[in-house]
This record gives sequence, structure tokens and C-alpha cells, in this order.
Amino acid sequence: MSNRIPADMPPGEYEDEGRERLSYMIGLALALALTTAAFAVVWLDLLSGGAALAALGGLALIQAVVHLRYFLHIDLQRSHRDDLLLILFTVLILIIMVSGTIWILYDQHIRMMP
Amino acid sequence: MNWELIFGQIKWTSFVFAGMIENPSLSEAIASGAGSIAVLGALATVVLLTVKGWWVPLWRDWLTSIDHKKVGIMYIAIALVMFARAVIEAALMRAQQLSATDSGGFLSADHFGQLFSTHGTIMIFFVAMPFITGLMNYVMPLQIGARDVSFPLLNAISLMLTMAGAILIMVSLVVGQFSTGGWSAYPPFTGIEFSPGEGVDYWIWAVSLGSIGSTLTGLNFAVTIYKKRCPGMTLFRMPLFTWTTLCTSILMIFAMAPLTAATAMLALDRYAGFHFFTNGDGGNMMNYANLFWLFGHPEVYILILPAFGVWSEVVATFSSKRIYGYTSLVYATMCIAVLSFAVWLHHFFTMGQSANVNAMFGIATMVIGVPTGVKVYDWLLTMVGGRIRFTTPMLFHINFLLTFILGGMTGVLLANPGIDFQVHNTLFLVAHFHNMIIPGVLFGMFAAVQFWFPKMFGFRLHEGLGRASFWCFAPGFLLAFFPLYWLGLMGATRRTYMWTDPDYLPWLALAMAGAALILAGFALMVAQIVVSVRQRAQLAAPLGDPWDGRALEWSIPSPPPEWNFAVLPQVTARDAFYEAKKAGTAYRSPAAYADIEVPRNTATAPLIGLFACAWAFGLVWHIWWLVVVSFVLIWAVVIARSFQTDTEETVPAATVKAANEAFLAAARATPGVSREREMTSDNRGRALPEGLEGRAGPASPGAAVEVLP
Amino acid sequence: MSLSERLHPGLNLAGTDPESHVAAEEVLFGFWIFLMSDLVLFAVLFATYAAMSVQGIAEGPGPAQVFDLTAAFLETLLLLLSSFAFGFAMLEMKYRESRRGVLAWLLVTGVLGAAFVGMELHDYYVMITQHAAPPQASGFLSAYYLLTGTHALHVSSGLVWMAIMAIQVTVIGLNTPVKLRLMRLALFWHMLDVVWIGIFTFVYLFGVAS
Repeated sequence: MSNRIPADMPPGEYEDEGRERLSYMIGLALALALTTAAFAVVWLDLLSGGAALAALGGLALIQAVVHLRYFLHIDLQRSHRDDLLLILFTVLILIIMVSGTIWILYDQHIRMMP
Repeated sequence: MNWELIFGQIKWTSFVFAGMIENPSLSEAIASGAGSIAVLGALATVVLLTVKGWWVPLWRDWLTSIDHKKVGIMYIAIALVMFARAVIEAALMRAQQLSATDSGGFLSADHFGQLFSTHGTIMIFFVAMPFITGLMNYVMPLQIGARDVSFPLLNAISLMLTMAGAILIMVSLVVGQFSTGGWSAYPPFTGIEFSPGEGVDYWIWAVSLGSIGSTLTGLNFAVTIYKKRCPGMTLFRMPLFTWTTLCTSILMIFAMAPLTAATAMLALDRYAGFHFFTNGDGGNMMNYANLFWLFGHPEVYILILPAFGVWSEVVATFSSKRIYGYTSLVYATMCIAVLSFAVWLHHFFTMGQSANVNAMFGIATMVIGVPTGVKVYDWLLTMVGGRIRFTTPMLFHINFLLTFILGGMTGVLLANPGIDFQVHNTLFLVAHFHNMIIPGVLFGMFAAVQFWFPKMFGFRLHEGLGRASFWCFAPGFLLAFFPLYWLGLMGATRRTYMWTDPDYLPWLALAMAGAALILAGFALMVAQIVVSVRQRAQLAAPLGDPWDGRALEWSIPSPPPEWNFAVLPQVTARDAFYEAKKAGTAYRSPAAYADIEVPRNTATAPLIGLFACAWAFGLVWHIWWLVVVSFVLIWAVVIARSFQTDTEETVPAATVKAANEAFLAAARATPGVSREREMTSDNRGRALPEGLEGRAGPASPGAAVEVLP
Repeated sequence: MSLSERLHPGLNLAGTDPESHVAAEEVLFGFWIFLMSDLVLFAVLFATYAAMSVQGIAEGPGPAQVFDLTAAFLETLLLLLSSFAFGFAMLEMKYRESRRGVLAWLLVTGVLGAAFVGMELHDYYVMITQHAAPPQASGFLSAYYLLTGTHALHVSSGLVWMAIMAIQVTVIGLNTPVKLRLMRLALFWHMLDVVWIGIFTFVYLFGVAS
């Protein structure tokens, strides 16, 4: 397809098969490591109580970012700004909805008769 | 023979007329009457279409069309038909409450319950939503200089899903009963234990169809505004109606999902014995209120924001002045959109959470008043020093400013949890939200129809009848709802079908009189449309700009050609068309024309709508074969469509050129009309910009303008 | 606008097929918005689950009694590998336009995805038959089945979509519309993997750890 490469070339990172393949590989390796770490925390009882939950939540957050970066190719470049803004706005809405729901329902729950 | 396999739970007693035969009463007679009107209306439509030979044009030019303009008009048609039903229901409820002091009145409690449930459900999901969606469909692409929305077929599918939901609600007049659980359908009352019939299922599936349609619409419009603006149309040059459309679309994208989740959970509770909202076994009905209002609160801003956009366009045009504080209006819209996600708990202050939670959401609610106040000041200041013409849309606007502020004040009162505890679930609340939605949204849509009707059909609406309908609607609204504030303070609860307190009577009588006036206003509006169609020759304004408009939609013929813009416009400022008129560069011929690709008509969308309607009907009545068959058919249509390759046709440049040059020549040859003669038959749609009255002669063709590749 | 400013989520075709790349901009942005809307749906289900898994157990079994972490771990691996395999299908499409290569990797993706759904159904079967934990048993279980079931339904519809795409790749070939559909399916598939991170963490691991 080389004859179809336009004069206005995007950054090489997006157009080099080796690099793009590597990106998927890195994503897989990181995701495997993070998943295994998360399960290890529970299986091996490395942490307990609140610390375990915080660690698991942190690992999940990192893994979500890894998936977005290496599988969905979202990064902080200017060219991605619309998509990135949309994700950030979505995250804001998700935080409002999820934390609000949990807060409200928990608050009602502890005020109920046992 | 097991009939249940074929007909599910439908029995002959399910039909509304059976109630009349088995148990004759006035209430049943009214129910049968409503059912008869639905059946006869459908029959009359069929006969009319057959006699006039309109089946083919209806199918070919409308139902299979995916042109955003036709889709928009069909949305508005749905809204008006459903409005007729829901406003009559409102008058019936008023009459019942007036007649039911210390007696049962003429409606049964159950029938009354169905009336307030269908009234609310229809007014929100099948009047207000299709109305704003239709308007955004029609106007937004024209304002940003686009030839269509980003995904025209998806747009038509959204329309057909909404129509399927509306049909389902109409079917419930004839087959079976509708829910008695109100438009918000709170469990556990709407659970299977307390509402075992098909009513709640009608609600669930009608609302689900509508909400899926709205999600897809929001997606479509957001992409359109992001990606299809004409050259030079930066975000901050967009007309304000387009801005509010963008914010509404974003709300639709994010707010509909919680509703889908809530209705799905309610359906699982009812159909499969799950325990999301049940009384026992770990169910939590408070979560339903939480989920419903996660959708419900953004929903009210989904409705009001496009109306705010309409008001911004109307006030600037009929004051012949630039909108005051454009940037502040944009930021106020954004603030409202984001804040609308953070206030939902104020709909259930009394559900038992602690005072801190209530205080937090109460404060957030009051904060929303601030950007809304900014907007009101901007509209007022737009009128200052402007040359105001008291046309019908402008009358609606001024009425809006006066009454909406009062409604907003009662909103701030209700945002205070202490006060809310006193008046929640009373007619005070009913008065409050009607006070926001009727002068704000509904009258906004009426003003929009008056304003853009000449664009849609090429002739103006009869101004005298328009004003007459305004003078019924506006005082009718005040009479119908301001007494309810007082009744609410006296302790009258909402959704109540009989009273024991005789002190309510005078106020209820006033409200009834208001309802009658509103009905008269609606009748006058229908008359206005009929008369205008008859007098369309005198009212014709084919040159596209009857009001001395400001945005791009006024620069093209009325009604616009299928391709909207012969050549995509190049924009250099806000109020692009108005600036061009002032600079004398409007109506110039482009240097060259190119072929235009337009999408072909397709039966995909109406088929999906038909099968979706059948699917929902099957679910309501547990007709499982129908559910399976129609579900498979829906997806078969989608998949078959994806194998089609020939979906576009080309309009040759010569055709475009001939049409556009004829329009431009006519526009240049017609002398402009001044604002004084705007409502006379001199107004053919060529406006003289304010301040340029000296140049009333025909315009010069001028030099050909640059054309973009 | 230059090609490099039109980048969208997922694999971009700017360098090998600029026409498709230009056509992709609007379509992929639209699909991305759909995914965001879908994420909100999942978020609401997560929030409901978070409340009900603590408050809605009633007389039924609790999370730690019914969850099988080994199965959840294997399911995670299957979904992750299938997501990875889809990436390779996309590379085949982008750099070689090879029908055979795309179909082969789609097959790998589909088999792994189907295995994932199969394992989940087996989980449900075990829970219902051995732990007396059907969705009707308690609010917690209702929320669990709805959350994981919605995800499984998404994966299953992704599989159907994949089968249709395999037919289209065979019959129509890799023209622009087919490429754009594959790119959207890729986004869908990767996003389901992101949602699954939430499920294995907040449902399975949290359920057993707390």
C-alpha cells in the first residue's frame, strides 16, 4: 500500500507496524501483570480489610488506563482532544452518579431499623 | 387449543368496550369513548389516506425518507397528536376533581389513576421530547450549514422507535389498562404484587422505546455539531439554539442510561421475580427513586435547554438586535447542563436520608438558579434599546419571562428541604413543575412553531389567530395553575381523585376555568394552522427570510431543497446571514456548483419501528412467539441493511444550479419588506435589514463569491 | 484539517488508507459516544451492585460463599487474550488488507470470547444448582446476575456481530464500510474488556476480600 501514503504523514508511531504490534504486546504484558497482582492480593492474603480494597481499586484503575492507552490508543496528544474530553466528562458523570448513589443508599441504609 | 400460546394474556375482557358492557358507568363510558376515538381516529385516517390516494406519497415521501427536515416535521406531528390526547386528559382530571368533593365524582379511582399516569408519561415522553427533538432535527443542521445530520438513517430509526412507543400508548386505550403508578412509576406499587395487570408493562416498554430513541438522537446530534459544521463555523460562532441543542444532546447521551437501567430492573422484578425493588428479600425500592431521578432531573433540562435556545433566537430576531451576552449565555448553558447531574436527590428529600445529604443537594439545586438568572438578564437586556415587534412568538417570550421567574422562585423554595417536607406531594409541587414546563418548554415550542413554520412550509401562520391563541393560553395557564399553589399550601395532595374539604372548591373551579381556556387556545392553534393552509397564497414567503433572520437557515429558500445548501456556506462571524445582508453580500451566486450526494429513501427505519412496536406489544401481553419473531426481524432488517451498498444517489450540479439560481434571481428581484409590513402579504420572505430601509430596491447580483473545493 | 489531526480512538488508518481514515472520523466519534453512553449504563449497574451486595443479601448466600475466583481469573485471561487477538486482526487489516489474516485472527478472538461466555454460563449453572443462588434468591444476587449478565450479553452480541463481519469480509472484502465496521467492533470489544476489569475487581475480588 506504499503508493497510497499521503504527503501529510501522521507521526510515525501510528504508521509503523512493528511499533503498533509492540504497543499491543506491552498492553498485554502490563494487563497480565496487573491482573495477576490483583488476584494475588486476595489469594495470598497479602493485604486485608481496607488496605486490600484500596490496593485492588488502585490496580483496577491502572489497568483501565493501560487498556485505554495500549488497546484503544487514547493518549494525551492534542489530536485526540475531542475523545479525551469526552472520556474525562464521562468520568466526571460516572463519579457523580456512582458516588452519589452509593452515598445516598448507604446513608438511608444505616438509618433504617435493623 | 391453548389460546394463551397465541394471544398471551389478552382476553375478550381486555378490550376497553367489555368494561362498558359488563359494568356500565359514566367512568367506563368515558374509557370506551376514548377507546372509540382512538379506533375511529385510526379508521378515519385509513379511509382518508385511501380516498385521497395518499398511501403511496405517505410511504414514499415521508415514512421512508431519512431527510432530517422531514424527520423533524414527523416528530412534531407526533407531538401535536399526543398533545391533543394528553391535554384532554388534563381537562378530564380537572373536571373530576371539581366534581368530587365529598362524592366519588364521575370517574372511578382506577380510571383517574390511569389518567394522571398517561397524562404525565405522554406529556414528557411523547409530547415534549418529540417536540424538542423534531425542532432540533429541523433547525440545527440548517443553522450550522450542513446538508443533513451525521447519521440520517439512525435519525429515522430514532423517530420510528419514538413513534412505536407513542402507538403502544395509544393501543393501551383500547386493549387493556394503562399503569396507575404515575409517570414516575415508583415501586413497590408498580411491582407485580400490587400492580399485577398489564398497565405497568405498557409504561415500561413505551418509555423504553422512547428513551432508546432519545439516546440515539443525542448521539447523532452531538456528532453532527462536532463534525459537520460548515467552514468557518467555529463553536463560538454557532447560533444559540445550536448551542443548546449540543448541551441537550450531551444530556441525552448520559441521562437516558439510568432510565433504561431502572426500567430494565423493574421489568426483571415483574417478569422474572428478581428483587431489585421489592419489599422483602433484599430489594430496595429507594434505589428506584434514585435511578429514576438520575435520569429525571437531567431530563427536565433536556426539555428546557432547547426552549432556552428558541427564546434566544426569538428575542434577538424580534428585537432586531444582537443577542446580549452571547458568551455568558453559552457558559450558562454549559453550567446548567453539568449541574443538572448533581441535584437529583431533591426529588426525594423526604425519603429518609440524613439532613447532611439533603442539605448538600438542596444547595446544589439553588446554585442552578444562578446561571438561569444570568440568562433571564441577557434576554431582558437584549430587548433594551431594540426595536421590539410584538409578534406571537415575542408575546410568548415576554409571558415566559414573567411566569418562568415566578416558577423559578417556587423552585428555590422547594429546594429548601425544610419547606419541601411541608409541601411535597401536594398540588404546590404540581403547580411548580407545570409553571416551569408550560411557559418554558411548551410555549417555547409553540413560539418556535410560529417562528420556523414559514421556513418549513414556505408560508407564514395567520398572525391574528396566533395572537388569539396566545391570549387564551397565557391567562389560561395562570388560571389553571396558580390556584394549585394555594391549594397545595392548604394541604391538597396530588394525584387525589376525591376531596372532603369544601374550601378547595372555589380554587378548583378557577383551575377548571383555566383548563377550559387552555383547551380554547389549543383549538385556536389548530384553527390557525387550518386557516393558514387555506390562505397559503396570501401568506406565502418562499424567499426564506420573513422575519429578518440572523442565522444561516434564513438564507435558503422556504421550504429548503433536499440538499439544504447548494454550496456549503463560508462563515466569518456570528449571525452570519444578518451580517451578509448588512454588508450587501447576501443572495450572491456562487462561482461554481458541484454534484451533491444525498441518501436514498429506505424502508429500514419504518420496518424497525413496526417490529419494535410488535415486540413491545408482545412483551406487554406475554405473547412470546411475537416477542421472539419481532426481535429476530428487527435485527434481520439491520443486518440486511448492512449488506446494502447502493445507499446514496447523486443530484447533478446542473439541477442544483438551476434551482439555486432561480431562487437567487427571485430574491434579488423582489424588493425587501420593512418590519412595519412584516405581517402583510407584501412579505414574500425577502427582508430589509433594520437600518437599511433606504435601500428598498432590488439587490445587485454583485460579484460571484468564492467557492470552497 | 491534516490527517494527523483526525486521529480517533483505536487503530488509525491514516498511513495506509487515507480515504477510509477520513471517512472514519465521524463514524468512530459517533461510536465512541455510544460507548460512553454504554459505560454510564454499566456504571449505574455497578452502583446498584455496590449497594445491594452489602445491603441486599437478606436470607440468601453472601458473595464470598458463591464466587469462584479461579473461574473469574480464567475468564479474565480469556477475555484479555481475545482483546489482544482482535488487535492483531486489525493489524492484518491495516498493513496487509489480507482477508485470510483478518479472518484467522477473528476466529481466534471469537473462540476465546465464546469460551468466556461458556465459562460464565457454567458459573451461573454451578451457582444455581450447587449454592442455591438463583437471581430470585436476594437483591444481591439479582444485582449480580444483572451486572454480569449485561456484560455477557454484550460479549455475546459482539460474537454475533463478529460472525456477520466474518461473512462480510469474505463476501464483500475489505472495503471502506467493512473496515469501519471492524474498527467499531474493535472499540466495542476492547471496551468490554475495560468493563470486565471493573467486574473482576469490584464484584469478585472485593466480594471475596471483604
